[in-house]
Amino acid sequence: MAPPPHRRPGFSRKAQYSLFVTYVAATAGTIVAALLLSISVVDPTGFAALRTFGAEITAPIARIFSALRVSTQAITHDASAYMDAASKNVTLEKEARANRSKLIEARALRAENARLRGLLKLTDEGEQQIAVGRLISSTASSTRRVATLSVGRNYGVERAQPVRGPAGLIGRVIEVGPTTARILLVTDAENLVPVMRVSDGLPAFSAGLGNGTVLIKPLNLGESPFRVGDIIVTSGNGGLYRPNIPFARVIRKTSDGAWPSLLLTPATRLMQSSCNNIRAKPERLNKLPPLTARPKRLKSENSGNRYPPTDTAGTRI
Amino acid sequence: MKIPVTAIHLPTRPGREYESRFDREQSLLKMLAIPIASVILASMVTTLPIFTAEPLLPPFGLLMMLGWRLMRPGLLPVWSGLPFGLMDDLFSGQPFGSAGLLWSLAMLALEIIDSRAIWRDYFQDWLIAALLITAVLLGGLWIAGLAHTAPEPSLLMPQIVLSILLYPLVVRICARLDSWRLAT
Repeated sequence: MAPPPHRRPGFSRKAQYSLFVTYVAATAGTIVAALLLSISVVDPTGFAALRTFGAEITAPIARIFSALRVSTQAITHDASAYMDAASKNVTLEKEARANRSKLIEARALRAENARLRGLLKLTDEGEQQIAVGRLISSTASSTRRVATLSVGRNYGVERAQPVRGPAGLIGRVIEVGPTTARILLVTDAENLVPVMRVSDGLPAFSAGLGNGTVLIKPLNLGESPFRVGDIIVTSGNGGLYRPNIPFARVIRKTSDGAWPSLLLTPATRLMQSSCNNIRAKPERLNKLPPLTARPKRLKSENSGNRYPPTDTAGTRI
Repeated sequence: MKIPVTAIHLPTRPGREYESRFDREQSLLKMLAIPIASVILASMVTTLPIFTAEPLLPPFGLLMMLGWRLMRPGLLPVWSGLPFGLMDDLFSGQPFGSAGLLWSLAMLALEIIDSRAIWRDYFQDWLIAALLITAVLLGGLWIAGLAHTAPEPSLLMPQIVLSILLYPLVVRICARLDSWRLAT
């Protein structure tokens, strides 16, 4: 195609100067952008107010689409529930019967646990659900894995609070706006989560890979002790997350260099869950570690955990 | 349908119907607002509830800006990469100023390309857009890595391919918007 007329200013001084000015403006703009970028690299939270503003003004539209998505999913779910309703009903009833006795056992264990804690003068930490919201958008085009939650300061959401989905940990709050909050997902490369294997409390930490999975690195050197299928929960070390939040399941074993490491299932499944709690109640731990695994874990765990080992309680009684 | 020849017409130029005629003025607001609004709205696509495990959604704001720039050279000024980029930074989750810098550089690069390769066809434009998209996405990863821990560059491959393949669609959207923009 032909060069546009603005590139051929001819003999007009005015046209020549105005063309020159656009180039000067473009170069100056590039320098300004580089300065802004260097500021935000040095202080990543610096422009939080601007980003919050952006999230706030687009939140209403995102909420509408999110509600549409949820209702569509509900319709398809309801419709598919009618398929094979009878056989499903039979299996579910069978499962419910099987679960009933386990539930009673679990209740008894909980009561016993509370009694033992009472003997040890342990108090439950004030862990309660602060707000329930929905993820309304995510940075699907950036390598940062940040999502926007539909509740903000108006529901008491604060910075650094952990966010849970129905199936496990999702991330933590990094920026709070009046009605929205931005969450650094656990799959972000920046997000390190102290975790442990649920069966024996083997301590490790998880780092996001940015592709929907996380890498679990054990704290000890040597061959990776993990196996495919291991369930990983948060260990609560450092105090940022409470212990025993379901986190991930090992899907693949890798080894890069001296660090034996593992790929875990992701929080994709978690991200797609529509409803997310901030600091959920302990009752929400429906996928929780099996109860029989708990004493084992507590036996092997060492410093930094907020619950002292309760297996000593048995000797004190 | 055969048009009966009633008078000898001068051959009309292709864009004739888009010119102001008697009693049919073009709207200045539409002519200015449509390109600007389309790029900004395309940047805001990321705020829709789209959840991906990895960066997969194409940078629609960038695609739209490149589409306008390559389809109608001279419509967007050279410095427009900065305001469009900063607007995109509000929604993309990248460090603030990342798209501002990269899109400005892309606009300057296009200006240089325009002075070298003057007569181009559509596929050459597509190639140029593909190179710029790849460069901007990789640059975004590098910039994200300056501020935070960044994942591997190979992670961006699906997004780059998808963006390049979606560029023709975006140019067609630009063309539709352009005919609406210039319609009297």
